[in-house]
Amino acid sequence: MINGFAREAEYSVSERPPFVSVALISAGALAYELLLLRLFSIIQWHHFAYMAISLAMLGIGASGTFLALLQGRLLPHFRTFYIACLAVFGPATVGCYALAQRVVFHPEEIFWGAGQLLHLVIIYLLLSIPFFFSGCAVGISLIRYQKRIPMVYAADLTGAGFGSLILMAGLVLVFPLQCLALVGLIGVCATVVALCELRMQPRLGLIVLVAVITLPALIWSWRGELLISPYKPLSQATRVVGARVIEQLSGPLGLVTVVANDVVPLRYAPGLSLHAVTGPPPQLGIFTDAGNMSAITASSDKSPANHFDQLTSALPYHLGQPETVLVLGAGGGSGVLQALRLGATQVDAVELNSNVVHLVGTRFQEFSGGLYQRPEVRVHTGDARGFVAVNRKSFDLIQLNLLDTYSTSISGLNALGENYLYTVEAFQSYFKRLSPNGYLAITRWLRVPPRDALKLLMTSVDALRSIGVDNPKERIVLIRSWATSTLLVKNSAVTSTEIAALRHFCAKRGFDLAYYPTMPRTEANRYNVLRQPWFFDGATAVLSDQSEEFIAQYKFDITPATDNRPYFARFLKWRTVPEILSLWGQGGGALMEWGYMVLIATLIQAIAGSVLLVLVPLGWLRRRHPQRRSISQFQLVICFAAIGLAFLFIEMVFIQRFVLFLHQPIYSAVAVLTSFLIFAALGATWAHRFSQRGRPAQGIVFAVVGICLIATSYVAALGPVFNLFSASSLLIRLGVTSLLIAPLAFCMGMPFPLALVRVAAVQPTFVPWAWAINSSASVVSAVLAMILAVHFGFTLVVLLAMALYVLALLSLPKNGQRVPWA
Amino acid sequence: MISPPTNASAPTAIVRVPLLHYALAWVSLLLACLASTVCADSFETQRSKMIELIRQDVIETSQFIGTEKFDLRVMSVMARVPRHEFVPKEERAHAYENRPLPIGHGQTISQPYIVALMTDLLKVGVSDRVLEIGTGSGYQAAVLAELVREVRTIEIIEPLGRSASARLLRLGYNNIHSRIGDGYYGWPEYGPYDAIIVTAAAGHVPPPLLTQLRPGGRLVIPVGSRFFVQDLLLVKKNLAGQLSTRQILPVRFVPLTGGH
Repeated sequence: MINGFAREAEYSVSERPPFVSVALISAGALAYELLLLRLFSIIQWHHFAYMAISLAMLGIGASGTFLALLQGRLLPHFRTFYIACLAVFGPATVGCYALAQRVVFHPEEIFWGAGQLLHLVIIYLLLSIPFFFSGCAVGISLIRYQKRIPMVYAADLTGAGFGSLILMAGLVLVFPLQCLALVGLIGVCATVVALCELRMQPRLGLIVLVAVITLPALIWSWRGELLISPYKPLSQATRVVGARVIEQLSGPLGLVTVVANDVVPLRYAPGLSLHAVTGPPPQLGIFTDAGNMSAITASSDKSPANHFDQLTSALPYHLGQPETVLVLGAGGGSGVLQALRLGATQVDAVELNSNVVHLVGTRFQEFSGGLYQRPEVRVHTGDARGFVAVNRKSFDLIQLNLLDTYSTSISGLNALGENYLYTVEAFQSYFKRLSPNGYLAITRWLRVPPRDALKLLMTSVDALRSIGVDNPKERIVLIRSWATSTLLVKNSAVTSTEIAALRHFCAKRGFDLAYYPTMPRTEANRYNVLRQPWFFDGATAVLSDQSEEFIAQYKFDITPATDNRPYFARFLKWRTVPEILSLWGQGGGALMEWGYMVLIATLIQAIAGSVLLVLVPLGWLRRRHPQRRSISQFQLVICFAAIGLAFLFIEMVFIQRFVLFLHQPIYSAVAVLTSFLIFAALGATWAHRFSQRGRPAQGIVFAVVGICLIATSYVAALGPVFNLFSASSLLIRLGVTSLLIAPLAFCMGMPFPLALVRVAAVQPTFVPWAWAINSSASVVSAVLAMILAVHFGFTLVVLLAMALYVLALLSLPKNGQRVPWA
Repeated sequence: MISPPTNASAPTAIVRVPLLHYALAWVSLLLACLASTVCADSFETQRSKMIELIRQDVIETSQFIGTEKFDLRVMSVMARVPRHEFVPKEERAHAYENRPLPIGHGQTISQPYIVALMTDLLKVGVSDRVLEIGTGSGYQAAVLAELVREVRTIEIIEPLGRSASARLLRLGYNNIHSRIGDGYYGWPEYGPYDAIIVTAAAGHVPPPLLTQLRPGGRLVIPVGSRFFVQDLLLVKKNLAGQLSTRQILPVRFVPLTGGH
């Protein structure tokens, strides 16, 4: 078998590897991965989407294991096997998704019974099939063309880089499910190109067979419908008598759906005072990815929308007379309408999603009463942090309203998405934009016992102290209804007149005072009575000198988020978990933070899956070639696992870190991913020189030194560079992003192919195994990077990645070396 | 009032068939009856265990939910109402577990402990009239119907409302009146009500419902997601018509280590 391998290897020297089809299949696989995230974020919840897709990526690891076991039999039929993998990939992408979305699965139910687990496993397995075939295609090419490993790897990375670009373009042009047809089509193209590259002429019967399988799949995908979970807010809204979808727009930031209902009108007025006489006027519901609801409120003289005055978010309009207002996260325009109704003369609204702006401003202009056309309203499409950084205007009031949906907030499913709106640095930038007596007002869904409100307080205090305010508690006011809390931070001390107005405002609406300077405890917890005045006690404690002790003893993590650890929605403390679990029967599950637990579950499963995929072929290889082992398997595992972990550690951190710079998560994901992959491909191409000279180790040393130097300088310099270009146009910022990533990615593209070259030289049968180790480690890495970032911040993850690269270098397989363990 | 579950549809289809088939039909009917009796027994046992679980949870949580124990009437009704009749067939095996269960259309039936707690918080009397917004499968309405004079319930999702209505009729709940439609405006023709329960959670309490609450009456809303109730909002209207609210955490949990 080894001889057979050697023969194939010799044969490959004179043959040009099918670079284009490798690139195409890699483009298809990456586009498929990103698209699955989009599709499952719509039909399910983001974190389960993340888990399902992370684990499906183990399909690539499985391909390495499969090749390690069967390489001897497959290599003589390389061309047929390679073409077959490409031909199956296209229909598999569509078919597997179509089946997976039919598997009935509800995330929250999984915590109540094991039945859902089986469904989840079926989803993993189905989704992993296309990755298995793409992995097989790339893996078998790496084995066959072992003298040109860096070049094949470069083709793989380049394709993947363009894959993310293709998908983003697709998402702008067509609906997500139609994008799936595009991904399937990439698979078809890869097959055709491969046939040309390998100079093969398949039989007509075979072509017909493939076409018969592929065409219906593509047509279904183009015309099919998404099966959205019945528990998602959009499904709930559309099941109501009289509901109809009147508009749907697709974009990279999400699928936006507008629902109207003339029979049972939508009534979105979170935390409306119980003293309110009427509810909201007619509204249209805007759902992003079938969740994240906001409302376009009809605005006219007939429907005056007086309910806005009966919400906790109306407070700042009663303490002062804010004339210039900045609404961050405008959504359906409720904040803007509220500001106008309550006396603002100039409103600037910032909304990230251009499709939502289009809906409110143009498509439903008549319904919204021309809200965005009014002379006193200015709408800005973009990120809130970006707007605040660039704009030099000052405002009497900056409003941050409920930015995530109720169910997401309550069930803690949003625990791990990075959010730069609620960090200490963000608050500093908001304070800079406030007029001398201006207010920052933040309204959130109320959670009992308090979490969000206290963390926001802490964030305000830290931000105020960092800009030189000695006595922050003089500037803070906190109130709550039964459903929402509003925190007000003033740019100067709160006056006694304001306190009187505050008392009056709350008494009239039945809202509770939770904090104002000099507030007595007896004034707390009067209207909506909790067992203890938890909000007042918590606020007083975090604003006192003993705040550190209180934070340590508090059962939820309320330490402020920072730009280095931008996870505002994470409140879980590990030591609280056993207590929560013991209270399960009484409904204690609501205290848990499921998003975070899902991440942990993903990590455990990814590690278990990876170990299995790595160990299975090891046992086989050891049995099969006991005498020919000339390489330490232990070192091999360490080396390739370290490279896989390190690459994704850095990539994940950069994707999240650059959100702050590029102001939109999607730009960051695409720009960082594409830059990383393409420049890493260039690095891999350059690495080929070291390979040709027979000095792969030298190349790896060069790369690792480069990575450590560049990454270290970025840890220190990235912040100032971001600040320097923060006011520049998006195009310039995208260019700077590419330039910053280029040298780092270039170096990062070298270690894997060079280490693989070394393995091929020493023990060629281990090449697919190394591929399996690297792929599996990448899956673990993506999840682990997030968990580490949540706990320790981005800087530590980058430092760890550097250490891993050094470890990979030290454990590089050496000729004839054997370790007792092996 | 409660009819046992039956499975006697088999013989109706084989009226004009040969003797052997008759015999087979009778055997299967016999088996079906036997199975149904065994199941009924088994469900009763499960129900008793469920009640015991709720009782323990209440004792543990008593200080927190403001009561030493639930009203005995509530507990005895919980021990009687056949919860398995209110869940889809595939979920029947879990009917008496202390967990919420899916009932289709993206809706759930709350976990028994929460149902008992909400019912207890309403403090209903035998002559009371209760309004429920969000019929779901009809379980909460059935529990209330055994405690009060009349229950009116409104469901917004048509298929759910229809099946719940048929189910409640089949189970003999004559004092439940159901309707499909918008619950926001309540059911003013028959108001005011002594108690209102809003199981279809909303971001705000519909003002018309507060109007239809009788002075001295109580309104309960579970706050949270479909599978996890975070807390319960209890609105009380005093005899002078003034409203006060309490937010009740269903669990024995204090946010501070060593706190009380």
